[in-house]
Amino acid sequence: MTAVIGYGPVGGEPGEPRIDMKTWIGDWVLPSPVMTASGCSASGKELDPFLDLTRIGAVVTKSVMLAPRSGRATPRMAETPSGMLNSIGLQGPGIEAFVEKDLPWLRERGVRAVVSIAGGSVEEYGKLAQVLRYCEEISAVEVNISCPNVADRGQVFACDAKLAADVVSNVRRIIPSEIPVIAKLSPDVTDIVGIAYSVVKAGATGLSLINTTLGMVVDTETLRPALAGVTGGLSGPAIRPIAVRCVWQVHEAMPDIPIIGIGGIGSGLDALQFILAGASAVQVGTMTFNDPSSPQRVHTELARALAERGFGRFTDAIGYAHRPHDEPLSEFVADAWAEDDRAGEGSDPARPLSSGAAG
Amino acid sequence: MPVQVRGEVLGVRRAGQYHVLTLTAPGIPELARPGHFVGISVGGEGTGMILRRSFSIHKVADRGPYGGTLDIAFAVHGKGTAWMAGLDRHDSVDIVGPLGRPFALPREPVSCVLVAGGYGSAPMFMLAEQLRERGCRVDFVLGASTEDKLFGVLDAKRMASTLTVTTEDGSLGEKGRVTDVLPEIIERLGSSVVYACGPMSMLAAVADTAAAHGAYSQCAVEEAMACGIGVCMTCVLPVIGDDGVTRMLRSCIDGPVFRGDRVRWADVGTVPADTWGAPAGGHR
Repeated sequence: MTAVIGYGPVGGEPGEPRIDMKTWIGDWVLPSPVMTASGCSASGKELDPFLDLTRIGAVVTKSVMLAPRSGRATPRMAETPSGMLNSIGLQGPGIEAFVEKDLPWLRERGVRAVVSIAGGSVEEYGKLAQVLRYCEEISAVEVNISCPNVADRGQVFACDAKLAADVVSNVRRIIPSEIPVIAKLSPDVTDIVGIAYSVVKAGATGLSLINTTLGMVVDTETLRPALAGVTGGLSGPAIRPIAVRCVWQVHEAMPDIPIIGIGGIGSGLDALQFILAGASAVQVGTMTFNDPSSPQRVHTELARALAERGFGRFTDAIGYAHRPHDEPLSEFVADAWAEDDRAGEGSDPARPLSSGAAG
Repeated sequence: MPVQVRGEVLGVRRAGQYHVLTLTAPGIPELARPGHFVGISVGGEGTGMILRRSFSIHKVADRGPYGGTLDIAFAVHGKGTAWMAGLDRHDSVDIVGPLGRPFALPREPVSCVLVAGGYGSAPMFMLAEQLRERGCRVDFVLGASTEDKLFGVLDAKRMASTLTVTTEDGSLGEKGRVTDVLPEIIERLGSSVVYACGPMSMLAAVADTAAAHGAYSQCAVEEAMACGIGVCMTCVLPVIGDDGVTRMLRSCIDGPVFRGDRVRWADVGTVPADTWGAPAGGHR
């Protein structure tokens, strides 16, 4: 069943398989489906020593709020089995300092920037969007409506379909239409498909699935909660199956909506699970703490994994696990080969693609 | 600029209550300065321990049959450090470093006191060497709860003009804490700078003592870190900037060495109400 379709120096790195890794979020074309995740790459600069940020899909910056924010008291972190719990509380410089200092660096480096925003009210999201609409250096806006580390848990917009839709439509109204607006959702809801449906209806170009899930650790030495903030967001490989499930359910309900899969991705095969479940792109989050160069490695491993499974294009794998039970795998592999033959140029990744997502 | 490299274990040896791990780490020993630290991934392939462990660099050797090597000292606290203690020669380890801001060295050949609690002394011997090369007088104060929790007593004796040891149970040296002996040492030697590394409570007391006796202090803090490279915002503490404003700074990239008079020691673990960006009333 595995047909390797030739390895060659594509994209500059010898040994990288000949796979077209382009993907789409709305009209935005990304040369790689692998991004960093918000809150796990600060403003990008800190990761610069460890990987070539221009070669991954995008850097998603830490959620920025309107005003500077100190974040929560320490301890802010507890390691958990295959994961970690964090309660940072959106520490950041505020939108003005961010636009003045952090965005220009990303632009000068030629890094595609997805700016994540977080607000305390529908109006605050609107004000953030007002500042960003004039920034040319932005590839997309990710609307973080799902941070669990805010003082009032009632403010987690992603747990309320109407509030979530209000935030997204307010941002969408202000951000120029050619810039994708991506809503980042929380898994801590009864029906994620319902929330996804409302934000898409409100104008979201795509969805980031998922943010951390609310958790807690009790310190058995101090006999108190391990985090100063008591509860925190659980992330890492421990939540990967929850994230894959969310991507699967939402893709099944809305197969045409681009989904960015997030949750404990640390290898190409981890990423492939999300792609097969229906994600058009992925973000590497907590595993960047383990391996700061992992976003680039995940890209390379994913390309290799796709090649080994007979895929010539990344987009052909999106949602592939949803195919009917009676559709044999070998037929698809044969199709993939036949398609390459029709193109007449082998699997030249530079050739224009006629269609977007397959699956 | 830090690098991420595969290192090879050359050995793990016991040193009292502690372990010293020696490894190759191509590119890191050459760049390392006293106070820098490294992040080591633990647990091996398929581990559930996803966070790196951070350790200050104890020693470097940039020559020899293995090229550059570095030593780190650690105590077995949990599963990660237990895994490290069980490493064998030739095992491969992923290392990121050198990380953080190192100790600032004086321009003039002044008298310096190096104060450490437990294995907080690990980075102090590299520091002592460099201070001596600059013509500085170096005096050591090592403290711990008991004798077997001291680290590097012989090295300190060899490098320093004087070594004062304190233990809380009196099992070695003077009975008491480092700050019981520090004022007299600063006054007698006219020390200009106090360098310190150890538990937060000790650093707070050392910084206060130094300030009270007219000495400048440089403290390397121990904060729980998740990434070590400045992306996760876990290891923050309230520090007063040049502009007089308190900010929650990351000990991994703004530290781990801070000026003792700039850290709000009594407020560590909290967000003081006057911190830049603090909600009204602060965070406890």
